[in-house]
This record gives sequence, structure tokens and C-alpha cells, in this order.
Amino acid sequence: MSRQDRDVWITGIGLVTALGDGVEANWAALTGGASPDPILDREVVAPFVVHHVPEIDFSTQIPKRGDQRQMELWQRLGVYAAGLALDAANAKDDDALKSAMDMIVAADGGERDIETDNNLFTGMLTAEDRDALLIERLSNDLRPTLFLAQLPNLVAGNISIVHGVTGSSRTFMGEEAAGHDSIRIAHSRIAAGQSEICLVGGTFNARREDMVLLFEMGGYNWTEVETPVWQRGESADGKGGLALGSMAAFLILEDAGHAKARGVTPVAALDAVAATRGKRSPGHVTDTLKQLWQDAGVPVEGPLGVLSGATGVAGPTAEEADFLRGLDNAAELDVRAPGHLIGHGLEGEFPVCLSLAALCARDGHMYPDHGGRLAGTGEALAADTAIAQVAVTSIGHWRGEGLGLVRKVS
Amino acid sequence: MKDKNGFPLIAVTGMGILTALGEGRDDNWAALTQGKSGIRQITRFPTEGLRTTIGGTIDFVDVEPFTCASFTTEIARRTAAEALEQAGLAGQTEFPGPLFMAMPPIEMEWPMRGAMVDHSGASGDATYADLYRAARQSAPHDRELCLFGYIAETLAEEFGTQGSPVSLTTACASGATAIQLAVEAIRRGETEAALAVAADGSMYPETMIRFSLLSALSTQNADPARASKPFSKKRDGFVMAEGAATLVMESYERAKARGATILGIIEGCGEKADSFHRTRSNPDGKAVIAAIENALKDAGRAPDEIDYINAHGTSTPENDKMEHFVVKSIFGDHTADMPISSNKSMIGHTLTAAGAIEAVVTLMTMQNGRIPPTINYDEPDPDIDLDVVPFTARDQDVAVAMSNSFGFGGQNASLIFAREPA
Repeated sequence: MSRQDRDVWITGIGLVTALGDGVEANWAALTGGASPDPILDREVVAPFVVHHVPEIDFSTQIPKRGDQRQMELWQRLGVYAAGLALDAANAKDDDALKSAMDMIVAADGGERDIETDNNLFTGMLTAEDRDALLIERLSNDLRPTLFLAQLPNLVAGNISIVHGVTGSSRTFMGEEAAGHDSIRIAHSRIAAGQSEICLVGGTFNARREDMVLLFEMGGYNWTEVETPVWQRGESADGKGGLALGSMAAFLILEDAGHAKARGVTPVAALDAVAATRGKRSPGHVTDTLKQLWQDAGVPVEGPLGVLSGATGVAGPTAEEADFLRGLDNAAELDVRAPGHLIGHGLEGEFPVCLSLAALCARDGHMYPDHGGRLAGTGEALAADTAIAQVAVTSIGHWRGEGLGLVRKVS
Repeated sequence: MKDKNGFPLIAVTGMGILTALGEGRDDNWAALTQGKSGIRQITRFPTEGLRTTIGGTIDFVDVEPFTCASFTTEIARRTAAEALEQAGLAGQTEFPGPLFMAMPPIEMEWPMRGAMVDHSGASGDATYADLYRAARQSAPHDRELCLFGYIAETLAEEFGTQGSPVSLTTACASGATAIQLAVEAIRRGETEAALAVAADGSMYPETMIRFSLLSALSTQNADPARASKPFSKKRDGFVMAEGAATLVMESYERAKARGATILGIIEGCGEKADSFHRTRSNPDGKAVIAAIENALKDAGRAPDEIDYINAHGTSTPENDKMEHFVVKSIFGDHTADMPISSNKSMIGHTLTAAGAIEAVVTLMTMQNGRIPPTINYDEPDPDIDLDVVPFTARDQDVAVAMSNSFGFGGQNASLIFAREPA
């Protein structure tokens, strides 16, 4: 077959982060001049802090109250962002198109019933038979529909129900890597002619006690959220850390010819996506990035934007910084890491960073620094240097390395 | 050699299987063709107070600590080792392709939470805020066992698969989806080989309660071996089970070039999502029909070329009725000449793993010319007229076979298998 190298365009984006609801709200927060003021939640997961999304009128994308009731927040965020993406790609009202549209969702499990859990913790303090207590309380206290609000593939299931996307439906799991692989495989299927158009993205609700607990087990939780991720390794224990961030992003990836035939304008082109699983002994993140840079054909001369999903976890973040500083075109790299603005969104991280990068490529420049710039890069850039290509890095907090390359469509 | 669409032909060169019926191809095949049931009373944890107390538990594999992640990993890796051995690829440090890993959702489980309650110093009331204080006392491995990436990471490390291992779910169609993703990667020319693994060891009280609250599970606890009765009048739900399977998949050209034995060909994959309801198929069957028709089209096969269907056949009232309706709609008069049996009558429903387990059984069915039966068919559902191969295995040549998988969330997938081209 000679269809291996079709151009892939991003023809629609739906985005929600702590910076705002929708693509333009996020872009305005980043480019509006003043420093962005992300929404933080210090109450629900105290003494920790998470970035959280604004109040959203979900009924604009999920009109039926009954549908909304069947979902917890993480699913509503995903279904909402997916709807925004379909609207942006001029696909929402095209039933035939949606019925042939492929879908890959990056998702973990959803919210637990925290009240039931807490009651059980209390009961466990005094129970003589914990097994019996569990069976009795869970059988009586869990809502039947909660299970469906927790199943990873029910984000996709709800998108099918609410928006009618039914060409195919796949859900990838595994923290950050789920985001990398969902976009990588959606991209390569389109490039190879296995798919014409695909809705792909991820969603994450950070305001979850059980999730914060999981990250506290590894000592990852970071409370001085204003500190840019590149500087977090300077903390007293040298370990750095991350604050979780609620976010969702869905993109419509489309064969360029297919988009032209529909008369749709691209946000940007997605030229390459690469992902791998490096071993995490010292030096491996740098080596892995070297390989990914080569696999994706990222330009190693001339100006290049870099939208980094660096978490702030010291080891991998420092290795990523070293790698970028060591590139031949380091002086012409315009690096942004939005982690201190939007938090870290696991499965949602890469789709969100890719969305922001696409907006940078669309407008031909990176958004103002806001402290996320990487020292030791970009010295040769003039204030008006145009940025036509943006590399998106995503180094998982534990495993999984991903890279995307977007380009302005002229 | 290319397929009918000009893509590389996909060969299966290694298979591994582990279910409540036993470990490995030989034990499973013997039990399946003898019509044995792997369903039993659950003894691994106390079941008093549960509506369902039976399941297809794998009681002969133990891991420490016992969690969904550690157990699922262990049964997955055992089937991967068996499959690689059969493919002649055992003992190599690297597998020359990616891993597609179908797996259940992973969560922290109650024993781990309980340990944190104990270490929290809380008295009176305990909440997550108290558990935060105990969190850093846990071992690093405890946290890893709660990550969704853990299982694939562990297998990728042990077997040296290439690139990013994909952890995936399409609910009860997951095993089929893992195979489909591998087919697509080989067809794209990204790789010449891929490892498709599916495993599910998520039987613990909370999951069983969640499925019970959806009224999905059989409550015929008194006679476990007879509880799973697909296509029968008195079927009342599926029987949850544990299991795993692995398929080593390669381009036919690569497999032949290295002299591997070809166990079968994966000719086609089809899928289609349903937008009707979170747990039920649209009664019009259109999405299920489209998935099967997409598979037929992908394989370049007419309906009357299918010799046998390995049914999804869960033993829920709704699924079996729908599957009958769909099969009749597509296959028409050919249905009468086409056996369709459910492995789940013996193995139970292994959820995430079912699609891959049934793919392995389908390929063994074709290799051996013997169709495993649907057991517990004492009272046929009068509204379902299918040749379900009741009670006993049947010797019959099967050249082309289909395996169907459907799941919550509107997931529908269908696979078509054939023999090595003459």
C-alpha cells in the first residue's frame, strides 16, 4: 500500500484545564498579558492542593440530566471536552461522519464513593470481622450506577451515547502512557489509511482523595504549586514533586485530504507521535528522549517550540532539562512547561499539552513565559521569532515517555 | 504473502491459556472437550452476605501479596511464557514487537487501605485525611500495584517487548481488541510481530458486589457447575471467572521465514460501538450486526463461509437473546448448518480476558477438528434455535471460524480465523 504517509491534521480541539473552560479561554489566560490565575482547590484534599477546573455548564454538551447523573466528574469532563472538539471540527451535526468516526480514550478508573470509604475506615477501627463489615457496608451503601461511573471504558461509552461517535471505541489505560499511546495509535492509523478521522483524548479529575493518597504513598505531592516545574528539584529533599490537576482534552485527528473534502480548516498538523517505555535508571530519560527525537524527526536546527509536560518530579524533570539544553539548537528552543499552571493530569496530560502546542503552532508563537521557561535554552531567540513547529514532551512520573510534533499549516 | 486487501497476512504462532479448568493448552483442551465445568464455590475470601458465592476462580495459582494487579500479572505472564515457548521464542531477552495488554481496572484494595487505617493513628473516626499520614510508610511496590500501567510494565520488562506497552480495555471485548490492535500494527508495517495478552484476576468482594448491584451475575449458587447455562431457558446471569490468554502474532512471511509452525491465520477484525445504553445493546441489534459484518468484510468472507462461531454466550438473559437475533439476521438459513457454542458454559466469564481465551480455544478447535460443547443445556430456551453443540464435543472440520465479544459501554468486536493457506 502506498498510503503510509498521509498528512494528519488536528481539525478540532476541546479543552478544559485550571486555566479555563474551552480552547479560547485557555489561550486567553495564557496570552492575555497578566499572569494566569489558575483555579486551585486546597479544601477537599487538604493538606494537599490540586489544580481544578472552573464551574462548567455541562448541559451545553450533555443536554440530558439523566446522562449527567450517570457520570462522575471525570466522565463529564471527558464527554464535555469531546463535544467541544466535535463542535470545533464541524462534526457535531454530521451523523454519518460520527457513525464512521473512530475513537480512542485515555482513561483510568473513576471516582470512588468517598463517604462510603470513610465510613468503612471508621468501622475498621473497631470491627472484629473486617471482611464481614466490607461485604455488609458495600452491598448496602454503593449506588448501583457508581460502577458504571468508574469503569474506564465508560468515558468512551458515554461519548457514544451523548455524541453518537460509534465508528470504533477503544480505551487505553496506564497513567501518562495511555495519553501517549492513544494519540500515537490514532495518528498512525490515519497516516496509514486505516482510519479517516478519530476522536482522541483523555480526562482526569484531580480532586479525589483516593488519588492524592496514591501519590502521597510515593511522596509525590507538592504543595508550593507556583514553583515552576524546572525549579522543584531545588527543594530541601531534592525530590521535587507534582500537584495533580483536573483536566480534559479531546482532539479530532483527520486525514488532510478528508478534512479538505469537508472544507474544514486545521488548527495545526500533527506530523509525528512517538512513545516508548524507558527504564528509569539514571540517564535513561535523556537517552530515551534522544531516541524519540530521532524517531519523530524533530528538527535539530533552527527555532523550535517545546511544550513540556514535565511533572516537577526531580529526576526525570532534570534529565529532560539536560536533554533540551544539550540539543544543537538549544539556543533557539522556546520552551514552556505549564505544570505549575495546570497541574499534572496523568492520562489527560499529553492530550492537553498537545492541544496547547497546537494553539502555539496555529498562532505562530509560544505564549508568554509565565515562569515556565527553561534556563539555558532560547538565548538566540528574538522577541519576534516565529515558531512554526512545536515538540510536545511527556515524561511520565513513573513510566512512559511520549513525544508529539505539531506544525503550523500554512 | 498478502491478504485480500494487500496487507501482510497475520499468523498465530504461539498460544497460552490459563483458566479455572487448568493451566496450559493441554489441560484446558482436555477439560473443554470433556464438557467439564471450572465453576465452584469461592473459598479465597469469605462470601457470607454476597448474593453470588460462586465463580471460576483459579485456586492453584497463588501470589503474595494477593491483589488484582499481582494475580492478574502472574496469570498473564504464565500464558505469555507458554505462548512464547510454543512459538519457539522462549528464553530470548527481547520479543521483536510490541505488547497489547487487555486488563481489568486496577484500584487500591481493602487490605491495603486497612493497613493504612491501622498505621494512621486515627481513633474515633477515620478518613482519607488520616490515611495520608500513613501513606509514606507503604513500600514502593504497594503503590505500583495500584497503577494501571503496572501489569504491562511487568510483562514488557520480563519478555522484552518493544516500545510502549499498551494497556487497554473495551470491557468484555478487551481480549478481542488486543488482538485487533496487534493485527493493525502488523498490517501498518510498524512491526512484524506482536504479543496480544489478556488477563483478568479481578474477583474480589467489591467487584462482585458491583456486578451484583447491576443484577449481572447468576445467583444459582447451589450447584456451581451448572450455573453458567448459555442459551438455556433458566439462565440468569453470567458467572464471573478468572483467566488469561496470550497469542504470539507475526506476519505470515516472517513466521515462514523463521520456520515457525503456523497455528492459524487471523483473517479479519470488525468493531462497532453502540450508542444506545451503558449496559444494554440496542434491541435493533444494528451495532452488533455492523461489528460482525465489518469483520466479514475485513476478512473478505461471505456469511456462508463461516463454519463455526465461538459465541460470546455469557448466559445473561439479554446477551444470548441478542446474539441469537444477530446471528439469525446475518447468517439466515446458513445458521442451521453452523454450530455455535459457548466456552463460558465451562470457564465462566473471564471479562477482560474472554476474547483472547476464546480466540485460543477457537484456534484449537480448528486445529483439532473438534468443537467444544455448550454444557448445561438441559432446558433450551425455546426462543433460541441455534445448534449450540449441547453437552458433548463434536468432531467436525472447521476451516473458517468467528469469535464474538461484546461489552458494557457499547463495545462490540468480532474476529475471523482461518487455516494456513494451502
